[in-house]
Amino acid sequence: MGLALVLYVLTGGADFGGGVWDLLARGPRRRRQRALVAAALAPVWEANHVWLILLVVLLFVGFPNAFAAVGIALHLPLSLMLAGIVLRGTAFVFRAYDPHNPDETVGPWRLVFAVSSTVTPVMLGTSLGALATDTLPLDPATGIVQTDFVSAWLAPWPFLVGLLTLGLCALLAAVYLTLEAREADLQDDYRWRALATQGVVALLAPATLVLGMGAAPRFTTNLLQGPVSLGLVTLATAGALATTMALRARAWRWARRAVVVQVGTIVAGFGFAQLPVIVGPDLTIASCAAPDEVLRPVLMCLALGAPVLAAALWWLYRVFKAAPSEG
Amino acid sequence: MTDLLAARSQMAMSLAFHIVFAIVGMAMPLLMIIAEGMWLRTGDPLWKELAKRWSKGTAILFAVGAVSGTVLSFELGLLWPHFMAHAGPIISMPFSLEGFAFFLEAIFLGIYLYGWGKVGRVAHLLAGVGVFLCGMASAIFVVAANGWMNTPQGFTIAADGTWGEIDPWAAMFNEAFPTQALHMVLAALCSVGFAVAGVHAWMLLRDHRHEFHRRGLAIALAVGGVFALIQPLSGDLSAKMVARTQPVKLAALEGHWETEANAPLRIGGWPDEAAETTPYSIELPGMLSWLAFGDTEAVVMGLKDVPPEDRPPVLITHLAFQVMVGCGTVLAGVSVLIGALALRRRELPCDRWLLWLIVLVSPLGFVATEAGWVVTEVGRQPWVVQGLLRTADAVTPMPHLIVPFTAFTALYALLAVVVVVLLRRQVFDVGPVPDTTHD
Repeated sequence: MGLALVLYVLTGGADFGGGVWDLLARGPRRRRQRALVAAALAPVWEANHVWLILLVVLLFVGFPNAFAAVGIALHLPLSLMLAGIVLRGTAFVFRAYDPHNPDETVGPWRLVFAVSSTVTPVMLGTSLGALATDTLPLDPATGIVQTDFVSAWLAPWPFLVGLLTLGLCALLAAVYLTLEAREADLQDDYRWRALATQGVVALLAPATLVLGMGAAPRFTTNLLQGPVSLGLVTLATAGALATTMALRARAWRWARRAVVVQVGTIVAGFGFAQLPVIVGPDLTIASCAAPDEVLRPVLMCLALGAPVLAAALWWLYRVFKAAPSEG
Repeated sequence: MTDLLAARSQMAMSLAFHIVFAIVGMAMPLLMIIAEGMWLRTGDPLWKELAKRWSKGTAILFAVGAVSGTVLSFELGLLWPHFMAHAGPIISMPFSLEGFAFFLEAIFLGIYLYGWGKVGRVAHLLAGVGVFLCGMASAIFVVAANGWMNTPQGFTIAADGTWGEIDPWAAMFNEAFPTQALHMVLAALCSVGFAVAGVHAWMLLRDHRHEFHRRGLAIALAVGGVFALIQPLSGDLSAKMVARTQPVKLAALEGHWETEANAPLRIGGWPDEAAETTPYSIELPGMLSWLAFGDTEAVVMGLKDVPPEDRPPVLITHLAFQVMVGCGTVLAGVSVLIGALALRRRELPCDRWLLWLIVLVSPLGFVATEAGWVVTEVGRQPWVVQGLLRTADAVTPMPHLIVPFTAFTALYALLAVVVVVLLRRQVFDVGPVPDTTHD
């Protein structure tokens, strides 16, 4: 029983991290509307988008009470995020498939696309931040989350987490695009964007940490004292330095690897610092996990399906993302 | 508007919006791989052009389907948290598998849409087959979860009201699942086939001898027609299943008030919920008993046996059912007509009156699909999980739900307009299609 739970946390947690990470990777679309961005994203955005669906499904399958509590307490930011997702996804295809506007870099959808792509990660980060502040207790009698629907997330610290999320999206996107670009001037454009974003992230991340001591004390203490999360923080810092150095040296491929480490460890660190709590302070993994008889077959299916999925994803990325220079 | 009504309206609106794009995503890949298969077999580039044109329209609709489906998966928790807290683990299996199938579908679609010339011809066709199979699978899994709401099983309710002893496989393979899934799949293929046929018929009315549109019409009509003919059989299976498992729903969709043997089948009619009668209908004696249980003397339960607070809205359910059956019957009839003409003339009949008829009936599949969802969802009310959890007890405590309802309705209305405009441009305004028959 315990083993199944641990396994679930390891695989589910990894899926969680992967989901958030890939969700962030879609940030490139908020960058300038260049044909480069469109060409880089068109074949893969829908597959990337599905990580979010997988994340939601895993959440309500694995932790149904947490899903219910999140649905009630964070109704508003999640609705805004959904509206952003709808607008961004549709604006992207509308732009790409309008025969009257064959030039993808202009047109009425550019603005919709840019604005919704900015709002969505902020709302996602804000929602995650709200969960870490431990302001959503359960009513002991009914087991329903107690909330006024607003104050948990409409607060400075969750918003700061939202901004940090946006910053990380932008950073990932810019670094990826240095590799996607084929012309030197384009590469330089994204190089300085990436460096500037890295500078902003370097301000936001410590600020989140310092302010978190007051706003999310349990979370921040865990982050700085848990051996795993502290290790992840160290790795993230190292990743950030490596990204910056690789960008300065124009080693695009190394920059991509380093930024993946940087962002991946930040997200994982967030997860480890939050655990075992899911919706703070009362809903923990132990108190709201679905029963074993549900988790075991679902995990089994995921384990069986993962290789198929991995093979298909590999095919997709090999077809569209293998640079000619990589052969 | 109460918060409960707002939540129900938002869910209904989101589902009604999503289902249009979902069935396009299910059925279009079949049309595309047929056309592409013809290209591989004959080498005629016009077939390839057809597959490519279709795939462009599909790309737009698929994207809207994907994001509106995401909205739905969130709305389950945003609007019905208490439903998900209870049901989430029980229907975990179909939803996990659905996520998985949809993931694969999106990957294959990416390769299909953007991989022309980048992957081998056969690999490309196989990607298309992957899109089709995964799209079908994900729809079937979602319907499995809905089937569970109609025929809940695979768990027990303890004395203290907690739901436990879950068997996810038993929940997934619930009684309603096979018939409901079959009905949905056939509905998608039939509706989309006729809708696409309508577009090509319209273009043929403008330019009668255009080979491109003749071929498009041929494939779309073949798919739509075949499945329109099978659908009534599946409908009969569904009716018998509903009669067995949800007698109240059956009574509501028939506007049937008295429990009686030799129950009549009502065609038309306008149920009066206050007077508990269904006037203005044509009654065929014994036919309801026969259709539901295979015996004209079988007893069919009437709505009067159910306390009013446990009855679904009879008027809406009955009318939606009549609309669904009516549209399905028309499409099946048109399919028989076209099939007979095609067999006699040994070629695709393209008379002007027939093209007009196809254009006229082309939206009926979508109308029937929407009506069918009204039947199954409204017909289950006031329950969200049949007999166990009331919709009113599942709704979020969040106030002012009319605000998100209004906002999402406005958003979807805008999207609908844009999609229509873009599809019109894709169909009508793109440069001339290469045509082998014109000089």
